[in-house]
Amino acid sequence: MRNRFQKILATLATAATIALPAAGASAQDVIKVGILHSLSGTMAISETTLKDVMLMLIEEQNKKGGLLGKKLEAVVVDPASNWPLFAEKARELITKDKVAATFGCWTSVSRKSVLPVFEELNGILFYPVQYEGEESSRNIFYTGAAPNQQAIPAVDYLMENEGVERWVLEGTDYVYPRTTNKILEAYLKAKGVKDEDISVNYTPFGHSDWQTRVADIKKFGSGGKKTAVVSTINGDANVPFYKELANQGIKATDIPVVAFSVGEEELAGIDTKPLVGHLAAWNYFQSVDTAENNDFIAKWKAFTKNDKRVTNDPMEAHVIGFNMWVKAVEKAGSTDPDAVIDALIGVSVPNLSGGYSTMMPNHHITKPVLIGEIQEDGQFSVVSQTPGLVVGDEWSDYLDGSKDLIADWRAPLSCGNFNAKTGKCGGQGPVAQ
Amino acid sequence: MPRLLCLLLALACGLLAAPVRAAPADAGEALTLIASGRFPDIEKGVDLLARSGDARTQAIIEALRDGRLAVAADKRVVIEGANGGWSDAATGEALAEAPPSPKAVRLNNRIRRAVEAALGALTLMAPDAAARRQAAEAVFRSRDATALATLDEAIAREEVAGIRRLMGEARAAILLGDAGASDLQKIEAVDILATRADQDALALLRAAAAQGSPTVREAAEGAITAVERRLAVLSMLQNVWYGLSLGSVLLLAAIGLAITFGVMGIINMAHGEMVMIGAYTTFVIQELARTHAPGLFDWTLPVAIPMAFLVAALVGAAIERGIIRHLYGRPLETLLATWGVSLILQQAVRSLFGPSNREVGAPSYMAGAFDLGGLTITYGRLWIVVFSLAVFAALIVALKATSFGLKIRAVTQNRRMAASMGIRTPWVDTMAFALGSGIAGVAGVALSQIDNVSPNLGQSYIVDSFMVVVFGGVGNLWGTLVSALTLGIANKFLEPFAGAVLGKILLLVFLILFIQKRPRGLFALKGRAVEA
Repeated sequence: MRNRFQKILATLATAATIALPAAGASAQDVIKVGILHSLSGTMAISETTLKDVMLMLIEEQNKKGGLLGKKLEAVVVDPASNWPLFAEKARELITKDKVAATFGCWTSVSRKSVLPVFEELNGILFYPVQYEGEESSRNIFYTGAAPNQQAIPAVDYLMENEGVERWVLEGTDYVYPRTTNKILEAYLKAKGVKDEDISVNYTPFGHSDWQTRVADIKKFGSGGKKTAVVSTINGDANVPFYKELANQGIKATDIPVVAFSVGEEELAGIDTKPLVGHLAAWNYFQSVDTAENNDFIAKWKAFTKNDKRVTNDPMEAHVIGFNMWVKAVEKAGSTDPDAVIDALIGVSVPNLSGGYSTMMPNHHITKPVLIGEIQEDGQFSVVSQTPGLVVGDEWSDYLDGSKDLIADWRAPLSCGNFNAKTGKCGGQGPVAQ
Repeated sequence: MPRLLCLLLALACGLLAAPVRAAPADAGEALTLIASGRFPDIEKGVDLLARSGDARTQAIIEALRDGRLAVAADKRVVIEGANGGWSDAATGEALAEAPPSPKAVRLNNRIRRAVEAALGALTLMAPDAAARRQAAEAVFRSRDATALATLDEAIAREEVAGIRRLMGEARAAILLGDAGASDLQKIEAVDILATRADQDALALLRAAAAQGSPTVREAAEGAITAVERRLAVLSMLQNVWYGLSLGSVLLLAAIGLAITFGVMGIINMAHGEMVMIGAYTTFVIQELARTHAPGLFDWTLPVAIPMAFLVAALVGAAIERGIIRHLYGRPLETLLATWGVSLILQQAVRSLFGPSNREVGAPSYMAGAFDLGGLTITYGRLWIVVFSLAVFAALIVALKATSFGLKIRAVTQNRRMAASMGIRTPWVDTMAFALGSGIAGVAGVALSQIDNVSPNLGQSYIVDSFMVVVFGGVGNLWGTLVSALTLGIANKFLEPFAGAVLGKILLLVFLILFIQKRPRGLFALKGRAVEA
């Protein structure tokens, strides 16, 4: 315990020194990078890791000689899982600390909260988490998956490989599951699935008593047709959900569950032996066997001085986002936001699964889609991978309000929600549909 | 006449099927397919192997299931022994030296299903009863018509009645879906499945009712109504059980608060964090057991209970001595101060143990489920119900039958009088608060079995806990018991109709209305204590 405590003190101390303006070095010698991830409160469970990975990336870049001959300096702030505080801290980062770019946010509501700030002050935000789409801002770069890069390929996999005909769409009651499920429902119906073969259900945040729901799923699944659960259950509610599945003896061979928010980190708290074969869809798994990934994992374990630390998809998104930003700044020759925003489009950097990801004009990136099955050791075994890269689709093709919209931030269009039918831009920034 | 036709058809089918069954599929070819590394080919290989009749089939498929089947760099398929060492898959001969860079054959769900079906047919006559039971269940699920002959033989030889029934059900499931089976056989199968009367049987009967001949359809429809009626009754019972189980969790979470808030009147927002501390104590003890004495893992929970009580009680005593005693009589300040304490505790645990969830394992006696007349009851939940009632009983005894309990009641009812009788009231306050906190810690041990062990664990229970105590009547332990169970059962009956989100809202609305009518809860204390 003592060792552990010392380590925590040491990390706190380094975080503090990094956060402090480097004494002696004048402002011209450093480029500041903002890190806007919750280090306390409910979301700390997921976001703390992303702060660590950013610190590691910045340290490495500095070892390579910095950027444009200047040192990079991380400015870590703690928005404490408090959505209005995200906006406040974002404003502080841009106006007071004058950061060149910010990497941060996890939940959609935190992103929506900082979006007006970044647009008003012309900042740059890299958002690393898979989300529901339906947004494209000039000042935000979405390095996580859009629904077509995660949800739809996962459903396709289940249809083709498992012959699934009945669907339970199970989610936590907030914007990401609701929008994703709306898209999935429309997609399934377009594929000929009947109304009575789709069951949509929502539970509150942190739902911990899953007995009734799991029994209902079991009942729904015994209708004679192959059934699968598509889970958009949010972080904390997952552990009791999977424990209940295991307790009631639902095996992946009977009713497979495919999850979009369960990665290596979330599995760390569960005994995965009864869960072998349940699925997750991501764009990266720790178990991906490529030179880039093995190198990254080794560096991550060395940086955290912990052999058991796992890596996950949003971490990879930050790696891609950071490298893209570095390349764009080099291309633009300055950190001026307008120049960097223009330079970012078209930038390609290696991702960790052995290919290249490119920033598209809609500020989303190209990614491979991987389907993994949970293994006994808490890792995923990749059972399917899209042959090529999938372009992130910001406006879903399956929703009425948004299928005619496209985003293209290149001149002369420069619009986040251009309506291809009417030929008009719906206005700068996102417009509620 | 139709019957004769059926018979002819069945004969024809049998004749057609027989050569397929007898064809000596090549085990070598199957192994080449398995070594290919492509999922569809591996699946084909497993099927081929299962039908080959090769003596090595069972060993190979079992190794595949356990992840011990590997392909070496020289394309040879090898098996890793359960206790180390390697052997050749095709011949079973032990290898003198380890094969060059063996890579385990990977599975996906389809292959797992194929493996299960194949092993089911292979192990129907295994000497081990548990293996036979598993095999019968696997055949019931796979409904593989090729297993029928083996199944008939196994039924004839089976001596355990329960397993014979399972095998009969598997046979019925196969026959019902078999186009070659006669109407008579099918009607017999319908009867067997009607006695099984669960969701799986219902699914099979529905399929039969949709496509069978008129007589079969009629029989199946009759069976369906009977099964459905039985399942409806079962689902009522199931709701009651789920409600009891949820109620006992609520009781556990709230019972400590019934002392600190109910009896002492302290609005303790850090109550949930005491639960969390109890859960983390369990985690630490399990970690110690994992590293030092893995054999004692099953004993970690009994050890964790007193330890969690002690740790949480000490933290509680420290909070009372350090903060709360300076704030007696100022409920608003207490609320804010304890809220602050709860944030501090959360962040302290987060810094110490990291922000991610910690794994608390279930000892063997808490894993799994058993069947009670068609009702699935999980051991974990059963233990929690028993445990919460035991904690409740212990607390009642402590308060009603010990001198310490007497002092607590005396102090809370009339502080000045108690002080005049020579009771050290500040000391009693500290001990009572420590008792409430300790019991919250004990609740944490139980909750670690069903919920996340993360720094946020306590937060999700704090609102529910206050709800239970207020509804039950402040200061009344029996009220807490009744209210926890009532809220649990009401919640579970609302959930299937209204959904979890709306169900909870409805319950809260009901509670607000109830408090309007009876501000002091279900069982209000009477007498002077109320006015104090």
